[in-house]
Amino acid sequence: MTSQTYTIVNPTGFHVRPIKDFVKKASEFPCKIYVTSKGKRVNGKSSLSMLTLGIAQNEEVLLETEGEQEQEAQETLGKLLTEIHE
Amino acid sequence: MTTTIQGIAASPGIAIGPAFVIAAEAYVPTKTNADDSQAEVTRFRQAVAQAGEELEKIRLSTIERLGEEKAEIFEAHQLVLEDPDLIDVIEEQIVNEGVIAEYALHEAAQSFVTTLREMDNELLRERAADVEDVAGRIMNALRGRKGSTLSSIQEPCIIVAEDLTPSDTAQLDLAIVRGFVTKVGSRTSHSAIMARSLGIPAIVGAGDRVMSLTTGDRLVVHAAEGRIVVEPDAEELATYEQEQQRYLQKQRELARLKDEPTVTKDEHRVELAANIGSIEDMQHVLDNGAEAIGLFRTEFLYMGRPSLPSEEEQYNQYKYVLEKMEGKAVVIRTLDIGGDKELPYMELPKEDNPFLGQRALRLCLARPDLFRTQLRALLRASRHGQLKIMFPMIAVLSELLEAKQILQEEKEQLLKEGHDIADNIEVGMMIEIPAAAIGAAIFAPHVDFFSIGTNDLIQYLMAADRMNEQVSYLYQPCHPAVLQLVKTVIDAGAQHGCWVGMCGEMAGDERAIPLLLGLGLHEFSMSAAAILPARGQLAELSYTSWQEWSHTALGLSSEQEVLELVASRTQSV
Repeated sequence: MTSQTYTIVNPTGFHVRPIKDFVKKASEFPCKIYVTSKGKRVNGKSSLSMLTLGIAQNEEVLLETEGEQEQEAQETLGKLLTEIHE
Repeated sequence: MTTTIQGIAASPGIAIGPAFVIAAEAYVPTKTNADDSQAEVTRFRQAVAQAGEELEKIRLSTIERLGEEKAEIFEAHQLVLEDPDLIDVIEEQIVNEGVIAEYALHEAAQSFVTTLREMDNELLRERAADVEDVAGRIMNALRGRKGSTLSSIQEPCIIVAEDLTPSDTAQLDLAIVRGFVTKVGSRTSHSAIMARSLGIPAIVGAGDRVMSLTTGDRLVVHAAEGRIVVEPDAEELATYEQEQQRYLQKQRELARLKDEPTVTKDEHRVELAANIGSIEDMQHVLDNGAEAIGLFRTEFLYMGRPSLPSEEEQYNQYKYVLEKMEGKAVVIRTLDIGGDKELPYMELPKEDNPFLGQRALRLCLARPDLFRTQLRALLRASRHGQLKIMFPMIAVLSELLEAKQILQEEKEQLLKEGHDIADNIEVGMMIEIPAAAIGAAIFAPHVDFFSIGTNDLIQYLMAADRMNEQVSYLYQPCHPAVLQLVKTVIDAGAQHGCWVGMCGEMAGDERAIPLLLGLGLHEFSMSAAAILPARGQLAELSYTSWQEWSHTALGLSSEQEVLELVASRTQSV
């Protein structure tokens, strides 16, 4: 189990397009992936659940990975959380 | 009798034609038990697969018609078809509760739709329509229905619907659909965004009244004004038809100008640039044929957040804008905070007179930590395009020299750290304080360019707050005294070989443009939407004539007289 907090810098928050990239990547990993924002924890492989988090710019989110390739998933997905997607 | 219905302007233009009403069909399955749960799961999976195939077809045709970017929404839809929190949940319910697939699908989709509709972000609320679009597609497949009602349209018409899904909108046949009107929606709805990129007139959020229209009703959709005219009389119809022709003519002219240089009738070349406040404005800038970014107001990067943006965050934003402009000039103004723009987390002392207080560069020089972080981000981003750095609110030379000194120190430091920095970064200053305008010749040898910030310059010159209704009449961009000051700056720049631009609202004001041209302004920076009309206007003007007429304007005694001069000269040409 790995967990780390990230700050979203994407100016439009973390919505449709960044979520699409995130979920596609997340789905390639065998481990479980959870994203927590404002106290709500959802499945990081579900784009709909990720949307319901309504993650805004400058918000902090917690990324947890658990299982096979958890370390690699944490690194790859953590990077996506802190990128600018426009 | 003619009636009119008011809605939200989603995409401009005028459409005239008969209504084609798509009745809202709300299919709500009842909770029914399935005979064989396993067979039901298989049936559901087949429906999902069929929906996936349909979506792929729509995605490919959208790429062809509207480009990769507009098709991205369908990739998001395809992702919904694989969403474990939707699909797995539905399959579990079919198995565990023994219900039919239609019921399980409706329940699961509605739970997301409800959650999204209640979110406080409008963009996210709009996403509920995506879920309904995808769920509706699976539902149609389950019920053995193919295609949408839209494919049955044969005659030219204006579509009237409760709402149009993104896939509906992307598939509209522009040869027969003249425009559309929806009951729900906003300017940021996907149907509105799609309509703008298709260039089709559209009104959204027109309310219940549009659903009482019947197919065949004659309509006029004046989309820019959000107005729907039902059964217009012959006279009204003729007026709208004329307006439509004028609009189409104008559009054709403007579209032709998008990739053209800005030249006057007598072949004098000027530059039209865009003002931006954030990277979200970039698409608009590119769509409107801007030749440069004349002002990037960086303070918005600092606002609406709990703490200062890091060097890295700023670097990413500047890099993004520079790359998008593909080598065209980008003037980035260093932080202009204070005045009416506050940053709560900096806990700046309250000032009695913030517009005359420690704002913009004055604050940056007092807080070099803040300033240096921004300069480092700018310098590092410089290798991604043609960066020009501009300092705001300079009154005296020592301020400019100090700012340039700090910039030089950061440049040397970064080079020492092994960073790449472009070696041709122009440095300029904003002219918004009367002392700097009158004394422009003092600064000119030390900068590459001036950009006149008329919004503040006019307020300081007239000693009048334009937001204060009691004195806002004093905000007179075309007053001879303002024009004289602009001329002083342009002349000082010309003597020392530095170019002069303007980034205040005056630069995009059609009444001021001929005068500024005549005074010799080189770069006009304005909101992106004003660029194409300005390019069209400039193409009709004669530089030589306006040199003479703006000289005449300088000798007049009121703004009123100047405006009358402009009106008479532009009409007679």
